[in-house]
Amino acid sequence: MDIFTILISTMFVNNFVLARFLGICPFLGVSNKIETATGMSIAVTFVVTLSSIITYIIQVSILDTLGLEFLQTIVFILVIAALVQFVEMVMKKTSPTLYDALGVYLPLITTNCVVLGVAILNIQEGFNLIQTIFNSAGASIGFGIALVLISGLREQFELADIPEALEGFPITLITAGLMSIAFLGFSGLV
Amino acid sequence: MKLSKVFYDGLIKENPIFVQLIGMCSVLAVTTSVVNGIGMGLAVTGVLVGSNLVISLFRRVIPDKIRIPAFVVVIATFVTIIEMFMKAYTRDLYNALGIFIPLIVVNCIILARAEAFASQNGVVASVVDGLGMGVGYTGALLILGALREIIGAGTLFDIQLFGPSFEPALIFIMPPGAFILLGILIGIFNHMLKKKSKVDA
Repeated sequence: MDIFTILISTMFVNNFVLARFLGICPFLGVSNKIETATGMSIAVTFVVTLSSIITYIIQVSILDTLGLEFLQTIVFILVIAALVQFVEMVMKKTSPTLYDALGVYLPLITTNCVVLGVAILNIQEGFNLIQTIFNSAGASIGFGIALVLISGLREQFELADIPEALEGFPITLITAGLMSIAFLGFSGLV
Repeated sequence: MKLSKVFYDGLIKENPIFVQLIGMCSVLAVTTSVVNGIGMGLAVTGVLVGSNLVISLFRRVIPDKIRIPAFVVVIATFVTIIEMFMKAYTRDLYNALGIFIPLIVVNCIILARAEAFASQNGVVASVVDGLGMGVGYTGALLILGALREIIGAGTLFDIQLFGPSFEPALIFIMPPGAFILLGILIGIFNHMLKKKSKVDA
């Protein structure tokens, strides 16, 4: 698979939120405002890409060579948790402005299933390092697109007259369903 | 605290899906059929009971500062055990659930119960709490899976329900159907809870 196909496929056709159901928690949780949604998307893109590269190298150079593939889940989640903590510390030291903008989202990312999901999928699909990088970047940009789109729609909800029982999460889920139908239109693109 | 109350809380009052709205990814993804839904529910219940048991056993030994990483390692260990078990004995289910089995690690329900309940309560209560939450989660998956399979494929447990003239609404076993149906179900659940609290008041 060439790089361009991977990017289009992960961003639109197999959108991680709307077609693969990864990262639903932040999709529902931090999509109240466009501003926070954008911050979260940028933080996720950064962490996902970085963690995929590191987990890929660990898988190839340590787990595969020593025959320890069954430890994949445990090792990956520890690497991701440590990496998120590390990124937070480095950011705080070197770039306080960036930390102010993205810092609050970082602890939430450890339990975002996009991060672990992409890391495992890269290995399962048998990608090489270059493909891994583009696959992770595409996946997290796709996540960002879905998050920013839904937050824009949710800002409009404040003006709308929604039945009492459907307020909050239910109407968000139904809207996500309609968005998902729209994204089905992209299938066949790749 | 009475054990029956702990169980009931997990099953209905604090139902992880319909009330707490956590751990949604796997709920939406695996409920294309009832069998997949139940399989996922049982796997999560197994991990929940196991991790609650171990964490409540070691709750006095684990230092407070590193409790989250410690919990995550315990949970990841149980997930790996369940994963290997399913790979060995239920191959079809393992293939159908795919990536969502290792992703049980980052399912918020499990870490939330470890942090909120197992790290503060005794072994028996923690196991019961894990069971209640697990059964509540499985029940939600069962309802959603059954509805999606009936509407989207016209079958239940792979048995044809309607005559050959039935046209299944395919959209409901595709991703959009999951979002829309879950939205409507939570709406109905909210409506019933509100009605009940009005009657009580």
